[in-house]
Amino acid sequence: MPAVSKGDGMRGLAVFISDIRNCKSKEAEVKRINKELANIRSKFKGDKALDGYSKKKYVCKLLFIFLLGHDIDFGHMEAVNLLSSNKYTEKQIGYLFISVLVNSNSDLIRLINNAIRNDLASRNPTFMNLALHCIANVGSREMAEAFVSDIPRILVAGETMDSVKQSAALCLLRLNRTSPDLVPMGEWTARVVHLLNDQHLGVVTAATSLITTLAQKSPEDFKTSVVLAVARLSRIVTSAAIDLQDYTYYFVAAPWLSVKLLRLLQCYPPPEDAALRSRLTECLETILNKVQEPPKSKKVQHSNAKNAVLFEAIALIIHHDSEPNLLVRACNQLGQFLQHRETNLRYLALESMCLLASSEFSHEAVKTHIETVINALKTERDVSVRQRAVDLLYAMCDRSNSKQIVAEMLSYLETADYSIREEIVLKVAILAEKYAVDYTWYVDTILNLIRIAGDYVSEEVWYRVIQIVINRDDVQGYAAKTVFEALQAPACHENLVKVGGYILGEFGNLIAGDPRSSPLVQFNLLHSKFHLCSVPTRALLLSAYIKFINLFPEVKGTIQDVLRSDSQLRNADVELQQRAVEYLRLSCIASTDILATVLEEMPPFPERESSILAKLKKKKGSSKLPDLDDVRRSVNGSTDHAENTEATETSVSNTVLAFSLYRTEPTGIITLPCDDDFRFVCKNNGVIYENQLLQIGLKSEYRQNLGRMYVFYGNKTSTQFLSFSSAVTSSDILKTHILQTVDPMIEGGAQVQQILNIECLSDFSDAPVLSIQFRYGGTLQNIAVKLPVMLNKFFQPTEMTSQDFFQRWKQLGAPRQEVQKIFKAQHQMDSDVAKAKLLGFGVALLDGVDPNPANFVGAGIVHSKTTQVGCLLRLEPNTQAQMYRLTLRTSKDSVSQRLCELLSDQF
Amino acid sequence: MQFMLLFSRQGKLRLQKWYVPLSDKEKKKITRELVQTVLARKPKMCSFLEWRDLKIVYKRYASLYFCCAIEDQDNELITLEIIHRYVELLDKYFGSVCELDIIFNFEKAYFILDEFLLGGEAQETSKKNVLKAIEQADLLQESQSEDWGSLPNEEIL
Repeated sequence: MPAVSKGDGMRGLAVFISDIRNCKSKEAEVKRINKELANIRSKFKGDKALDGYSKKKYVCKLLFIFLLGHDIDFGHMEAVNLLSSNKYTEKQIGYLFISVLVNSNSDLIRLINNAIRNDLASRNPTFMNLALHCIANVGSREMAEAFVSDIPRILVAGETMDSVKQSAALCLLRLNRTSPDLVPMGEWTARVVHLLNDQHLGVVTAATSLITTLAQKSPEDFKTSVVLAVARLSRIVTSAAIDLQDYTYYFVAAPWLSVKLLRLLQCYPPPEDAALRSRLTECLETILNKVQEPPKSKKVQHSNAKNAVLFEAIALIIHHDSEPNLLVRACNQLGQFLQHRETNLRYLALESMCLLASSEFSHEAVKTHIETVINALKTERDVSVRQRAVDLLYAMCDRSNSKQIVAEMLSYLETADYSIREEIVLKVAILAEKYAVDYTWYVDTILNLIRIAGDYVSEEVWYRVIQIVINRDDVQGYAAKTVFEALQAPACHENLVKVGGYILGEFGNLIAGDPRSSPLVQFNLLHSKFHLCSVPTRALLLSAYIKFINLFPEVKGTIQDVLRSDSQLRNADVELQQRAVEYLRLSCIASTDILATVLEEMPPFPERESSILAKLKKKKGSSKLPDLDDVRRSVNGSTDHAENTEATETSVSNTVLAFSLYRTEPTGIITLPCDDDFRFVCKNNGVIYENQLLQIGLKSEYRQNLGRMYVFYGNKTSTQFLSFSSAVTSSDILKTHILQTVDPMIEGGAQVQQILNIECLSDFSDAPVLSIQFRYGGTLQNIAVKLPVMLNKFFQPTEMTSQDFFQRWKQLGAPRQEVQKIFKAQHQMDSDVAKAKLLGFGVALLDGVDPNPANFVGAGIVHSKTTQVGCLLRLEPNTQAQMYRLTLRTSKDSVSQRLCELLSDQF
Repeated sequence: MQFMLLFSRQGKLRLQKWYVPLSDKEKKKITRELVQTVLARKPKMCSFLEWRDLKIVYKRYASLYFCCAIEDQDNELITLEIIHRYVELLDKYFGSVCELDIIFNFEKAYFILDEFLLGGEAQETSKKNVLKAIEQADLLQESQSEDWGSLPNEEIL
């Protein structure tokens, strides 16, 4: 084919490009471009109508300028005009401009869509392809709406040319990616599946991509593709390379199609039909065998194409996770690659083996390569390969090799690239905890981590070591001794001071018998670090000091002197100053008993998923993180899995706040807000909603007309919630404001908090509605709950004398100011319970006002932004009749009414 | 595939193809970041790297870097060969392609890419078929360009 001097050569464009290339500076380039833009603008605006060629040339120049990185704000109309040109070359440039520079200017979109529609209807395959490429390149919603029903028709029509079918298939794929809701499934799906049988391998290639995407969305509809895909794959892998002519690539038969077919099969479980299954197994075995054959070419393209198919086959084998033979063979093959001279293959082998490590069948086989992987960590020159080695070591770690792997990772950490240090720290911390049989090893490992890479040890890591030490009394003495020794290093990391301060403050007494670590020595050691530390660490140390006063009365004087010094009592930092003042006072006035109670040893922490693991998942994106237990169903290690579930359950039950009325809803259905939740009229904390997946708890506090609500979302499952979002709708007279949005991903077993501010502008009766949306296992969940914000929440109790009460009572004597209700008791009539409820309702109870001591009298003020409404109430129980009479008087009738409704339902 | 970038050793972007909707600002940011990352890598290093939540596959041909961003599930090696096949197509079309061909005929580079990859997936992997499609389009141009006859001199600005 001749080089590009075809008739369409646009000389003006070539000259312009040369000019730009000759510009010596950025300024010169900008100047040249501005000159050109001015020229083009004047041509477009000029009186003389431009011919198609000029239009094409200028549009092309604009495109070039845009691709250089400059903004273009005109020329769109001229490009659209080119679309309806009969000249192919003009049309083509028009489409290219639109594809690169489309904006959602609605007028233009209509014109563009018209041009596309004409070309699709033209029956000219070249024009149809241009139009389809444009839709696929732009992929906008407007285009999807306009053409999503035409494209499947073109795709399956008998008379459509092969090349148009290919474009149509991928065009539909793109639209399905950008607007999946618009792509309809219909009778055409069966015919699309049949494209897998097409004569033309190009059509099969494009169709396989489309079917894979659609099958991920609705596997049922495309189930029949499995049979056809296996048949096709089998024909390819057993064919002599030359059968496929131009689809053979460097002696490998249709590598792209093979990879795509193997990928499609990963949308489904292993075939149930025995014959089909064995045919697929044969294919996979053939692919594995071919790798062992001598190469047909020395070109890297040959080995890449062959291995691309191999890696995809291994991915399918791992996905099925059902054929031990194949899994072990795959593992052996990858083992060979671990020492291959091609860096790319070593990288991919490490990556793939990570997945194999999580299969029960191949876990042991993967472990045999430990020395090679450790060696890779030490010798690979490329950090991205070393990173893969770390991942694999993490994935293959179990009780039998944890000490070795942790030790290797620690030693690698000394020289590791800064970019991956934090991740290694997290991994070491997790492995050390997970496989610790002997917790002294765990403590040593974490302290080593801090020593080697203190800057990369996040809060989660050092919090965790403290939690574990507190929860396990067999390690406390050892931990105290070890941190004490570590703190003696002349320069130690601040994180070590934190851990040391905390642990000695709790358990320093366990080593105080040794004169070398007597209380005073311990204190002096800690205090020698004090001045070098940041404020939060100093605050922690001050707490350790007051704990010392309780543990070791003999150093009380010394510590009091420290607390009393100006640098503490007058510290510029409020937190430090406050701690110093309070601790000093506490130590002076509290008796030994009180001190011992207040400063008692910390209670054990509730067991829950390690926060470090959550952090690592977040860092890595959980799909990439081989989960040590959840995935591996190890024959011997099945207890691990059970432990994990248990941990999740406990953590959920820990978050259950008293009172829970379980309501369960089927998934995926919108829960309508139920009626006012009368459970929360007299209390502010509790679980307001719960189903199998989610628990919503809240704590709230109110002050005058303002409220603050802490909403807790607990994920009860072991799977993460995705795209989590929440919103609150309320009436104008009750303003709500979410202080911060919640992270869109909530890990399994995790709980997140959201804060809501509430402001009451005037009296109201409608509660705000909290709407929550998230994805769980692919299903969208919608939940709406009424938040228990009622008028009485804005009560301020008011104490008053009997005289005042009656005076005001009389003042509020207008007919509608008083509301009275006589009702039957719904609960047992208990005076103490009734009292608690009234106090919870928000009023002050006034004793001695009512001559009958069995009656209750209360007073309070409802605060809103605009008004304050005084409120008096009287509740008269009649135990014999099991009845109550409630009387309310306020200055505003709507308030009287509403409060009466709310309160009368409580008894 | 999410996008493909071609850039020179000096970091000049020569071709960009995006298969996911992104704003111009994001595109520029991604380009800047990736060009820097890839240019900083030494020869002989592996052709794959993790970047954000994507996998980057790149290869250098003479003065040009070809760089593709693929998703977690996608196959790295086959992507490497997608790059190679594209280079072959350019080479065949231009006849020993060099960077200058792509600069001066950038629109052709885009047309060839569209025939080969669509929506980020391989559309036609047969070299013969892709070139045939391009050739046919060129023939259409040839026959139509006769209409213009000799070009007026207004070409030069």
